[in-house]
Formats: sequence, structure tokens, C-alpha cells
Amino acid sequence: MKLLRWLVITLGFLFAALPLVWMGMSSLKHQADTINPHPKFVPSLSAVAEPESHTFEVTGEAYAGLAVLHAGAQASFWEHLWNSVIIGVLSTLASVLLGTCCAYGFSRFRIAGAKDWLFFILSTRFMPPLAVVVPVLMMYRKLDLQGTHLGLVLLYTVFNLSLAVWLMKGFLDEIPRAFEEAALVDGYSRASAFLRVVLPEARTGMAVTAVFCLISAWNEYGFAMTLNSSGAVTVPAYFAGLQGNIEGMPWPQVAAGALVFVVPIVLFTILVRDHLLRGVTFGTIKQ
Amino acid sequence: MSAPALVLRGTAKRFGPTPALGGVDLEVGAREFLVVLGPTGAGKTTLLRTIAGLETPDSGAIELFGRDAAALAPAERDVALVFQNFSLYPGKSVRANLEFPLRAPGRRLPEGEIAERVAWAAKLLHIERLLERSARALSGGEMQRVAIGRAIVRRPKLFLMDEPLTNLDAKLREELRVELRELARELQTPVVWVTHDQAEALTMGDRIAVLVAGKVLQSGTPEEVYRRPVSPLVARQLGTPPMNAIPARREGGDWVALDGTHLLAAHGAAQNATIGVRPEHVELSGGKSEATVEVVEDLGPARVLVLRWAGTEVHALAPRGESARPGDRVRPRIAAVHAVVWT
Repeated sequence: MKLLRWLVITLGFLFAALPLVWMGMSSLKHQADTINPHPKFVPSLSAVAEPESHTFEVTGEAYAGLAVLHAGAQASFWEHLWNSVIIGVLSTLASVLLGTCCAYGFSRFRIAGAKDWLFFILSTRFMPPLAVVVPVLMMYRKLDLQGTHLGLVLLYTVFNLSLAVWLMKGFLDEIPRAFEEAALVDGYSRASAFLRVVLPEARTGMAVTAVFCLISAWNEYGFAMTLNSSGAVTVPAYFAGLQGNIEGMPWPQVAAGALVFVVPIVLFTILVRDHLLRGVTFGTIKQ
Repeated sequence: MSAPALVLRGTAKRFGPTPALGGVDLEVGAREFLVVLGPTGAGKTTLLRTIAGLETPDSGAIELFGRDAAALAPAERDVALVFQNFSLYPGKSVRANLEFPLRAPGRRLPEGEIAERVAWAAKLLHIERLLERSARALSGGEMQRVAIGRAIVRRPKLFLMDEPLTNLDAKLREELRVELRELARELQTPVVWVTHDQAEALTMGDRIAVLVAGKVLQSGTPEEVYRRPVSPLVARQLGTPPMNAIPARREGGDWVALDGTHLLAAHGAAQNATIGVRPEHVELSGGKSEATVEVVEDLGPARVLVLRWAGTEVHALAPRGESARPGDRVRPRIAAVHAVVWT
């Protein structure tokens, strides 16, 4: 039984880790080694003579090359990463804040047709977002939001909002009403009770929601590609745009960039790890 | 005489189709300890929440210290509410919990005064040694002390207590009952204390208001409510064993039970009534008819006899020395001065 468990876990781990390992190796190769028909997976510190071996020479040049401006691109990787950071962080903040406030209303007050409203909010996730790419494109053209940070921030916020509202409503429902009511009687206004009592208690939920929103905004590709191919280009769109590059696809730089691109998400997830664990088991343990 | 602390007139509140309060009239004097006694679901908690401003009544007037309070937000009413279930913020220390009401925006107390007041409340409630502990690490009794501390640090004008002792064990409950009664006297602040525990009502209240199904059925001193309950329903809320209620009809100048057993002499013109008599006022000899002892219960200082008499079950309280046993025959007599006639 135990053996079987380990086997399954090991297989699962390998399955998940292999692409990352391959990406890591590619980021350390010369470009020629990445497109060699003989797969190269044995690192070596010295130059490799015969092209048909599976050995490749380790080099850090791809990481240095992240600052290079490639043909057909408008800026280096770092600038695109900065675009991703601005858009990801701002839209996550907006989704979590708006979602929390909205969920608080649904959680605490009697709202006419609350169930229908909530269903409507959920229903905005029913269709794949890309289904509306054409109307969004037309609106953005009219509003001059194409190729701007604001455009994608707004869009990602709107798409993540329904998730944020539903997640946060679940978390807020678990916070006893008496927490705020005690504060209200003690002399706090509704707003200050929300800020001083509810928000600190809702930290876990907000952290969980932020992780989901950030990942979805960070990785979004379709809209980034369509709306922002010429300005405020995020990393996923930047990589895609490198295809058909006259110099050939710079695979080592793409692999190196992708690894760097993963780091902030990993760091953020580690940062809120305790909250995530609590969030996943939320409601299963009574205090 | 100063203005009453609280006046409710015709206060009504319904949740959907179910009325929680059906027109409550209530008055609490400037230094009065009022116990609202009622069974579960009587609307006690709704009553307190309405006074605190957490619920908006559908109709009726509410006055606090002579001022119309209907439009005041909870924060503006200067009352303190101790909840039955919620007591403290779990993530904060005891000190932070006690400071919380003092740090409300708009109160703007200097740090020195905050520390002073926390120390004062901690001393009154004997929780000084708990101040730096996390609220999570407290026992039930300690938690409730701190919760009451939270209420008193602010020195509010009125305390509202929602069954604060219900979740504690019996011994602690008795201890805190005495202590809190003393505390209320010391602070000279009016209290509305809600409970379903008649012992709390009888021992703590200057006055008792009996609340059943959203209505105040009677209010008066514990003595009045105990001796002269206005209806069998009120009588049932107070006293163990409960007051006997014997259906009766008029026969000449007497009340007789439905089976013809003579109960007591009648006055007035009513033809049908229910006779209320406390178990301690059922004497076991000198009566005109016989009864069978069905059960004898030992309460310690006294014994409860369940009699089959007057076509019903009648409880009688007898001194410990009473030797009657189940199956024995006795001749019960009602002490007429203590009986209540509900017509």
C-alpha cells in the first residue's frame, strides 16, 4: 500500500516536474543545442565536440540575453516582465478589493434578489472569455484602451471579479456576524468595523482569492495577444510574438525568461502558503 | 426621580411571517436591574438587539434616557451588549480585547486613560493575571469575565446582557451571579439581563419582566411575580416544582375542582376559573377530601409529593421530615390566602 502510494506520488511529481526541468536545461544551452535533432540532456561544463552526443555545454548566456532587444520585439524581456507585474498586481488588487466589498454586501445585508444577482455574477464565467474578444476589441478601439496597461487591468479585473465575489462570500459567511455587531455597539461605524474587524479576519480568504486572481491574470494569453500586441505587451504575448523571428526563435532566452516569469508566482504562493492551507481546509474544522 | 433609562412602547419586530416581538412595553429605571425571563424563542435576544440598535423595529417607540433613540446608530446609543455566544476576538490578547471598545474612532481617549480603565476593569473582574494571554487560551468562565470586562471598560449608560452565564457550568454560574449582581450595584448602571433561568431572575432582578412569544405578560418585583402571577403561563416560568393550576367551577360560595373536590371559598361573580397554588401552599392535612401520594421526590432540604387529587396531578412541598410514601392517603388543603384565582 505504502509502496503504491510512493509510486503514484513519484510519477505525479515527475509528470509535473519534467517540463520545468527541460525548460531549466534549455535555458542553460546554446541556441544550436536547443534545436539539435539529437535531444541533449546531459550537462557538461566543457565544450562538446561531436554534435550527435546527448551532452550539451552549460552556459549562462541566455540569462544575460534577457536584456537583448530581439528583432520584431519593441522591448527587452525585462520591460515586458514589468508590464506583466503592473497589470497582474493592479488587477489582482482591484479584484480582491472589489470582490471583498461586494461579497460583504451579499453576506451581511438583505438585498432584493440576492440569489439572482449572485447567479448572474457566476454566469459571467459560463462562457469562455475569448468568445467576447471581438466586441471587446471594438470597444477598446473606440475607448483608446488598446495597448494600454489600464485596458488589461480592467479586463482581468472584470473576469476575475465573479470568482473573487464567490470565494470571498464563502469566507465572509464563516465570520460570525457578532464580530462586527459587537464593534458596532462598542462605538464603531459600519465602515470602521469592516476595516478593523472583518478584514483582518478575512485575510485567509483574501490571500487565497489573490493567488487565484494573480495566476489567471499573470498567465492570460488570448486577450493579451489580441488587444496588446503593440503596447504594454505582457510576457506570454511577448514570447508568442517572437515566433517567426528572423533570427530564429531564441529558445534559450524564452526558457530562461519563462523560468524567471514563474518565480514571482512561486514566491507569492510560498508567502501565503499558510493561508492557502487554511483556506483549503476552511470550514472543515470548527473552532 | 430621574428619567427612566429605557422606555419601549409597542415595539414590534417580525422576521418574514414570524413575529419575534409583538408590541413590547417595557420600562427600566435609572439604576434598575431588570431581568427579562422567558423560554427559548420568546424573543429575548431580538429584544436586546432592538434596544442596542442592531435590529430596526417595525413599529413602536424606543427612548433611552429620555431621548428618542429610534434613529440612533448602535454606536450612538452608549449601551453595552454582552452576547450569549460570541464573546471575544480570538486573534487578540485579553488586553487588546478590553481596549477595543476604548479605541473606537471618535472616542479618542489618551493612552494613559485607556491603560487605567483596562486595569480598573481587570481588577473588578479579577482577570489581571490574564491580561497578556491570547483570548484563545481562556476557559469558558474566564472568557465571559473578559467579555463583561469589555462591556464595563466603556462605562456605558446601560448594560444589555444576553444570557451571559448560560454556557457556563452550574458552580461557576452561581459564583458569577452573585459577583455580577454586586458589580451592577457598584457601577450604579441600569442592566437589562435576559435569561431563561428562573434562579437568575429571582436572585438578581430588582424587577422581572416575563416575556413569552414576543409579549411581556407581567412585570414586577420577583416577589410579586412569584406570588401573584397573572396567568398560568406566567406561573409556569417561575418556581420549581411549578405552580399548580387546577381547573375549577363555582358551586355556591366555593370553588370546586371539575370532579367536585372542594378547593377554597370563592369571592366575586365568576363561574369558571383556574386556581393557582404554589406547592409550598398545599398542606397535607386538614382537607375535606382524600388524595393519593403517587411520587415522593427528595430535593435535599425538602420533599416534593406528587398527589393525585382534584382530578389532576398536584405538587406539594413538604419538609424533609415528611414521612408519606407512594400509595399513602393524605387530606390536602389549599392555604386560601396564597392561592391565585385566574378567571
